[in-house]
Amino acid sequence: MTATATRGQKKHATEDLRSEEEIAAEKRKGRVGLYLIIPGMAFLALFFAAPVLVLLSMSLYAKPPGAEIGEFVPALQFSNYTTVIAAYWEVFLRSFVFAFIATVAALLIGYPMAYLVAVRLRGRQLMQGILLVLLIAPFFSSFILRTQAWKQILSDEGPVVTVLRAIAILPPDGHLTATAFAVVCGLTYNFLPFMMLPIYANLDRLDTSLLEASGDLYASPIKTFFKVTLPLSMPGVFAGTLLTFIPAAGDYVNASLLGNNRDTAMIGQIIDSRFFKVVDYPGASALSFILMILILALVLIYIKRFGTKELF
Amino acid sequence: MSTTTTLKDAAQAGVSTGADLHLKNVTKRFTEFTAVDDLTLTVPSGAFFALLGPSGCGKTTTLRMIAGLEQPTSGSISIGGQDVTKLPSFQRQVNTVFQSYALFPHMSVLDNVAFGLKRKGAKDHLARAKAALEMVELGHLASRKPAQLSGGQQQRVALARALVNRPAVLLLDEPLGALDMKLRRQMQVELKAIQTEVGLTFIHVTHDQEEAMTMADTVAVMNKGKIEQMGAPRDLYELPKTAFVANFLGKSNLMHGEVIEDLGDAVAVNASGHRLVMPKNRSVAHSGSAIVGVRPEKMSILNLPDDYSHTANMLTGTVLDASFTGVSTEYLVEVPGIGTIGTFSQNMGQNPAQRGDTVRMTWEPEFSFGLDGAEQTTEGQDAV
Repeated sequence: MTATATRGQKKHATEDLRSEEEIAAEKRKGRVGLYLIIPGMAFLALFFAAPVLVLLSMSLYAKPPGAEIGEFVPALQFSNYTTVIAAYWEVFLRSFVFAFIATVAALLIGYPMAYLVAVRLRGRQLMQGILLVLLIAPFFSSFILRTQAWKQILSDEGPVVTVLRAIAILPPDGHLTATAFAVVCGLTYNFLPFMMLPIYANLDRLDTSLLEASGDLYASPIKTFFKVTLPLSMPGVFAGTLLTFIPAAGDYVNASLLGNNRDTAMIGQIIDSRFFKVVDYPGASALSFILMILILALVLIYIKRFGTKELF
Repeated sequence: MSTTTTLKDAAQAGVSTGADLHLKNVTKRFTEFTAVDDLTLTVPSGAFFALLGPSGCGKTTTLRMIAGLEQPTSGSISIGGQDVTKLPSFQRQVNTVFQSYALFPHMSVLDNVAFGLKRKGAKDHLARAKAALEMVELGHLASRKPAQLSGGQQQRVALARALVNRPAVLLLDEPLGALDMKLRRQMQVELKAIQTEVGLTFIHVTHDQEEAMTMADTVAVMNKGKIEQMGAPRDLYELPKTAFVANFLGKSNLMHGEVIEDLGDAVAVNASGHRLVMPKNRSVAHSGSAIVGVRPEKMSILNLPDDYSHTANMLTGTVLDASFTGVSTEYLVEVPGIGTIGTFSQNMGQNPAQRGDTVRMTWEPEFSFGLDGAEQTTEGQDAV
């Protein structure tokens, strides 16, 4: 009787012990996961969340009466926003239009290139490698240098203008530098890899037996492209357009080097000059914040409308 | 039966009921090797034709050339009397069931099946696609995506997607290869039933000899880009003309020897001291060097009376291995001068021979077949 009781107690004890151990193990597991994300979270807090908060509070600073240049005091001056929107709404609009045109142009150039390398040259690794290196090699040099080079290419003595003038597409006194065309060219060129590489990565996985099946089911090569290849590569196109549009909309290097500071100004340029030339920290911060919110809104609408979830 | 009505409806809505297929001197050379070597072939309309051979024998390349996915290096292909050699795949009245199914992952099952009809501009494409899905008993899954289906279901969708177009010729590229044994057997029966119903010309590529023999009216055994032998499954099995066919299609015992006597309708062959008789009309060789072949199940082993009639062919040897499988016992018997002979005896309650026993094996001369003596007896034995 006593023995049974002891055993029963013992059994009870082990059960409790085991479950406690299990709970502890689970807790430990959960805690390990938390520990693992701490570095990432800390990084984001320090280099993303904090700057955004600083930016947000700075955008509401006010200039006290009789202050020196660049002297502002903390405040909640919401009129900073209305002031900059009234002054620069056109520039915002232009930035998004430029970024949009550059994204479309990069898609029209990048997709066929990605298709050529990933589908047409499939199995010919040497050719694929050479083309990919050629595409990416220019991007080992500096962004500014590459944009400067475009200034040369589009200059009045350069080959493009000479040819365009000769075939009378451009009037004899026409220019390409310091035009909207040059800025969009620069944007397209500089962000092309961001368009091409995601599409390439996607098309590289395309099962070519699907293309054969489509041909077998009476679809011409063109129909096959629009009914099979393109729909299947939409996740790549989606990623590519986002990766091109977002940095292009906020870019200021192309507009400052290839534009004319008047009717080609992009919002990045304005923010740059408000920060470093006019020393209007609240105005520049407000512009940055508006840009961020607008891009976020546009991207969210885009994702909602064309999100890849529905594709598969 | 509802399946039958759906099938008939589908057939009435269709255009063709199959067409003849001719391949004339078709050769396909790749940089490294010749995949198909001067192949000439006629498949009559409405036939269930199997191209059987080991991997790399050129059967899939042949199929791809018929589909228009591969261009022959030389030769011509015609379907229903029309030369289609230069026609791109999308203009040929041919549909393929791909080995990997190649279903479009971004489309629903119904859209997959309707794809070909839409391209042809058929007005009632959705109704016909639905009927085709009913035919393969997948009507209830029409709105699913292919990834949500099992392998067997995907296989049926691929079949429906090809069949719904009523092609002149339906090509099947190892369509059952990815299915497990049980499902494969079931699909073999269904495919055969569907083909009988719709009466289309089916060309079925497979390396599975059992599958080819169960399903096809005509089997062509391919090896190294050429057709070794073509005929009804039973004819091929009972009377192989080459060592490759004898070994690839089922199992055979092949024995080298010299023709020593002409018996009128038959010849006698001396195979390492054994006198073996085979009918002339079952032999490729009537004189000189020859190979005598016999299928294992045609042989009798054990319990022979001592005065056994000597009209039968007989071999004496030592049992190397006996494995009891229930229905029968399989033996490997070492015959001096000839080699290892495989045979089995049905389980009729007798005591099986043991390893090391000396046994006699006999078979009636009319079961022998004769091959060219210049061939290797091992040809095609390890081919898969």
